[in-house]
Amino acid sequence: MDWQALWVSLRLAAWTVALLIPAAVFLARLLAWRRFPGRLALEAVIALPLVLPPSVLGFYFLSFFNPGAPLGRWLMETTGTTLVFSFPGLVLASLVYSLPFAVQPLLRAFQAIPPQLREAAWCSGLGPWRTFWKIELPLARGGLLSALVLSFAHTLGEFGVVLMVGGNIPGRTRTLAVAIYDRVQAFDEAAAGRMSLFLLGFSLMAVMAVFAVERRR
Amino acid sequence: MKRLQVDIRQRRPIPLEVGLHCDRGELLALVGPSGSGKTSVLRCIAGLHHPTGRIVCGGEVWLDDARGIALPPQRRRVGFVFQDYALFPHLTVLQNLTLACRLPGDRAREKARRWLRRVHLAGLEDRLPDTLSGGQRQRVALARAMMRDPAVILLDEPFSAVDQVTRRRLRLEMAELKRRLRIPMILVTHDLEEAEMLADRMALIHRGRILQQGPPAEVMLRPVDAEAARLVDIRNLFRGRVIAVDRAGGRCRLRWEGGELEAPWRRSIPVGATVDWCIPPAGLLLHSRRRPSRGVRENPVRGRIVEIVRFGGRAQVVLVPVSAPERRLHLDLPLHVAERNRLAVGEPVGVSLLSRFIHLMAPRR
Repeated sequence: MDWQALWVSLRLAAWTVALLIPAAVFLARLLAWRRFPGRLALEAVIALPLVLPPSVLGFYFLSFFNPGAPLGRWLMETTGTTLVFSFPGLVLASLVYSLPFAVQPLLRAFQAIPPQLREAAWCSGLGPWRTFWKIELPLARGGLLSALVLSFAHTLGEFGVVLMVGGNIPGRTRTLAVAIYDRVQAFDEAAAGRMSLFLLGFSLMAVMAVFAVERRR
Repeated sequence: MKRLQVDIRQRRPIPLEVGLHCDRGELLALVGPSGSGKTSVLRCIAGLHHPTGRIVCGGEVWLDDARGIALPPQRRRVGFVFQDYALFPHLTVLQNLTLACRLPGDRAREKARRWLRRVHLAGLEDRLPDTLSGGQRQRVALARAMMRDPAVILLDEPFSAVDQVTRRRLRLEMAELKRRLRIPMILVTHDLEEAEMLADRMALIHRGRILQQGPPAEVMLRPVDAEAARLVDIRNLFRGRVIAVDRAGGRCRLRWEGGELEAPWRRSIPVGATVDWCIPPAGLLLHSRRRPSRGVRENPVRGRIVEIVRFGGRAQVVLVPVSAPERRLHLDLPLHVAERNRLAVGEPVGVSLLSRFIHLMAPRR
């Protein structure tokens, strides 16, 4: 077992979830209740990672953020760092790649809240912020839990994007999924097997947890 | 005077052009068919829709598009009882109430308990809404609406989701509450009986416009036009022509289906005008088949019975006039009268259209 890779994976998943969930809540509420121009396009962009090959995402990431590209150069000049082959770069790519896994369950949960409940809250004197905390979020808690579990598990299992964007730097960008690939390449099947079994078990539990939450709703 | 004054217009989502007012302690029923815009009017008052125009409640301006004022729902002191009650399903009965109140914890809970006692729900504080009956939910919704100390109460078909027995009881409770509350109340309903029973005034709304407002008896018996008459379910609705007017006596003669009727006259109706007219079922007097009375000379019409429905100690009788086979006259009799006269389908009968019950509507422009 590559403990260092597991630690990178867990850190990556934790950061991704921490940053992704607030953004996903914002997007899901927007899509659930607002009609605005470009709504369809936004929905499509959010769902895109579901069908896009990870290597395509990785390719564009490298094209935009390598220090030779305008955006990458600007980032290098202002912050002195590059996102390519770095942990922050991995987090950014993971945010995009796991977006649908966080937005979709939240969107379904917010859409399931009858509009009259929000209106009843307003007519009871609750402002938008209190309505969100007291009514919307508690009623969407199933979707929130699903979004948490799915995006965490999905980030943990990422491979293509991680390899393209982060490379395979031990302790920095080598995640468990990349480590498995690495071990197989080195004919170390025992280590690959242990790590695969761990990811298999974890993913299965995550999916079962989501189903259990959905069923209780 | 704590009066609610509403003058609003909007094109979308449904066209509205509505002017109404409701005084302190008064219950105004907004009555109309589904899709007529009555719920939209409530939503506009609550601030959930934004029409143009003005809404003023007790001197407080809630909406005035000319001055750029449009308060959000949170700042309009309305108590809104939604059609399906919209109770917060994840909160207990007590929490549903305390959430609607800005008082600190203990005082909010005390106030909530007081309201629950008033609506006969003491003991159900810790229940979740989905464990309550329809009637109990309605009472929770009403108590929640009262927690804000509203300046106006808005009730959107509050009795539609409960069974008939519960509905009867809730209406009585509502009538009692109305007597005690000194604020304007607006009730949206499509149930005429409900409006008649609870309302001090009634506004008839159709296609986003108010056709008529006034005391329920006035609106139900003296509709402004045939459209209003149909909306209040007046079945004896006909068309005739005014052929003579006795200005001094306030009476006129009306030609109808080959015969002539005497009717009360209104100044706005000229001789020769074609008018819609109506008469309530209670305004038809059955001629006794055994002992003819003096009343038989007043607007007599002979006909044949085509239908009798017995219901609640009364008989609703439909007859076809001999002179007008396409028309139907509806009369409403105590059951014992129908039985004493041995009324049966196919039997010939005579009725008088009592002149004072005939209502002529102004001719169409």
